[in-house]
Amino acid sequence: MIVETKYYTINENIELESGKSLNNIQVAYETYGKLNDKADNAILLLHALTGDAHAAGYHEGETRPGWWNDMVGENKAFDTNKYFVICSNMLGGCKGTTGPNSINPETGVEYGLSFPVITISDVVRVQKKLIDYLGVKKLTVAGGSMGGMQALQWALDYKKMVNRVIVIASTHKLSTQSIAFNAVGRNAILQDPNFQGGNYYHSKKPDKGLSIARMVGHITYLCQEAMQNKFDRRFQDKNTPSFDFGIDFEVESYLAHQGQVFVDRFDANSYLYITKAVDYFDIAKKYGSLESAFKDTEAKYLVISFSSDWLFPPSQSKELCKALMHNKKDVSYCEIESPCGHDAFLLEYETQTKIIKSFLRSE
Amino acid sequence: MGCGDGTLLKMLKDKGVKARGIDIDQKNIVKCLEKGLSVVQGDIDEGLSDYPNQSYDYVILNQTVQSTQNPDYVIKEMLRVGRKIVVSFPNFAFYKVRFYLLFKGKMPKSKILPFEWFNTPNIHLLTIKDFFQFAKDNNFTIEKKICMNKAKVKKGFLYKIFDNFFCEEVIFLCSN
Repeated sequence: MIVETKYYTINENIELESGKSLNNIQVAYETYGKLNDKADNAILLLHALTGDAHAAGYHEGETRPGWWNDMVGENKAFDTNKYFVICSNMLGGCKGTTGPNSINPETGVEYGLSFPVITISDVVRVQKKLIDYLGVKKLTVAGGSMGGMQALQWALDYKKMVNRVIVIASTHKLSTQSIAFNAVGRNAILQDPNFQGGNYYHSKKPDKGLSIARMVGHITYLCQEAMQNKFDRRFQDKNTPSFDFGIDFEVESYLAHQGQVFVDRFDANSYLYITKAVDYFDIAKKYGSLESAFKDTEAKYLVISFSSDWLFPPSQSKELCKALMHNKKDVSYCEIESPCGHDAFLLEYETQTKIIKSFLRSE
Repeated sequence: MGCGDGTLLKMLKDKGVKARGIDIDQKNIVKCLEKGLSVVQGDIDEGLSDYPNQSYDYVILNQTVQSTQNPDYVIKEMLRVGRKIVVSFPNFAFYKVRFYLLFKGKMPKSKILPFEWFNTPNIHLLTIKDFFQFAKDNNFTIEKKICMNKAKVKKGFLYKIFDNFFCEEVIFLCSN
């Protein structure tokens, strides 16, 4: 499946939760499948921290498919024969949607840190504009990790439109420990001498800081068992230590590699803004309590967690389910046994396919 | 509760019942979802704290009470959440079970008790008499008792008078 990223510009001022606003927001998006006549077969996929609009298929000439290609396509979990599947890059991102690396139309230079701090609500508000533009009437929302947060926000903000919500390896609020890891990542970027207050677009970039942030991130995406299985204590390309501070262990080499490739594809400022939005997300705080938040929502919920995920632990998913059940909402919950940590949501696609297919089919 | 692959739940749903299942096993959750059922993965031994008081008309514990860790707690939780509860289990005082133990001197095995002593999930087997005593001790009402033999409902005189001897399985409808 050859696909291409399209762009939509919102020709109005979008008010943000912070009280600031943004004009002429551009949204990068991709669609797969066809919208039916009733415009009620749409599924919006919501990407995680560093994802983009390219969820499935291949771009012309590319050999790597989209980030959720295992799950999206003909006869897959999100079956493009049946559904009109949409994915857009989030506000604040750096993959085609307006973010800190975009040119501020008022100044003619990149926003940098003058870009307003955004929240998950703001991200969803922008997505809604795209969904309206595409003519969708009824919507299923689905996302993993931060994408799950957006899915929940959709259910809260657009009660009439959203009929199904799929929340995978996600939470209604980030744990203290996870905020702490995000803080380390942000500090690494902010302390990089090349950061220069976020105005680095025409000079050396804060690659070291961003790569350290990514290394920390990757530790949190795995778990003890996953790391053990993947690397054990093996040395990288050798059997004896080097007695210096270079890379000895395979796990060091893995992290260094992940850090390096990340700086080529991601913007440090976006990393700051997006992790902040994730940290701020707290449904109970915003709506008084988790129970009262979901009171009038009309959707049907599917919540999936992974046994070894300590970044978005099953206990938090259960808390969410509890609040939904207290509101007598239609909710199904599955904790998938997996040794892969948080990363499992992108890896364990076989069980997820069965679950999601069935959930989408059910009345 | 302990809805397994959702067979019963599906039958209820097809009759128009708004129902939800709980099971501990991920494979069963997937099977239930494939049947289009609402199901939540959880351990009923941990109670039903996710459910408000009297939030269901019926809570069903089908052939599961004997394999819970804390049957007394589980049943109390069911009575808290449901207006009525249904509990069914294999009767360990069934005459064939008694004779098996008496004459063979081994832990009874049958079609509905197929396990070996070392791998059975049935760690809290009980009899009809036990359940009546339990209801009395815990102040709940038994509204109805249905005797089953070879998966069929039995209504004869013997089953009424000597239920604890002739019933292979039993279903109780109870309320607070």
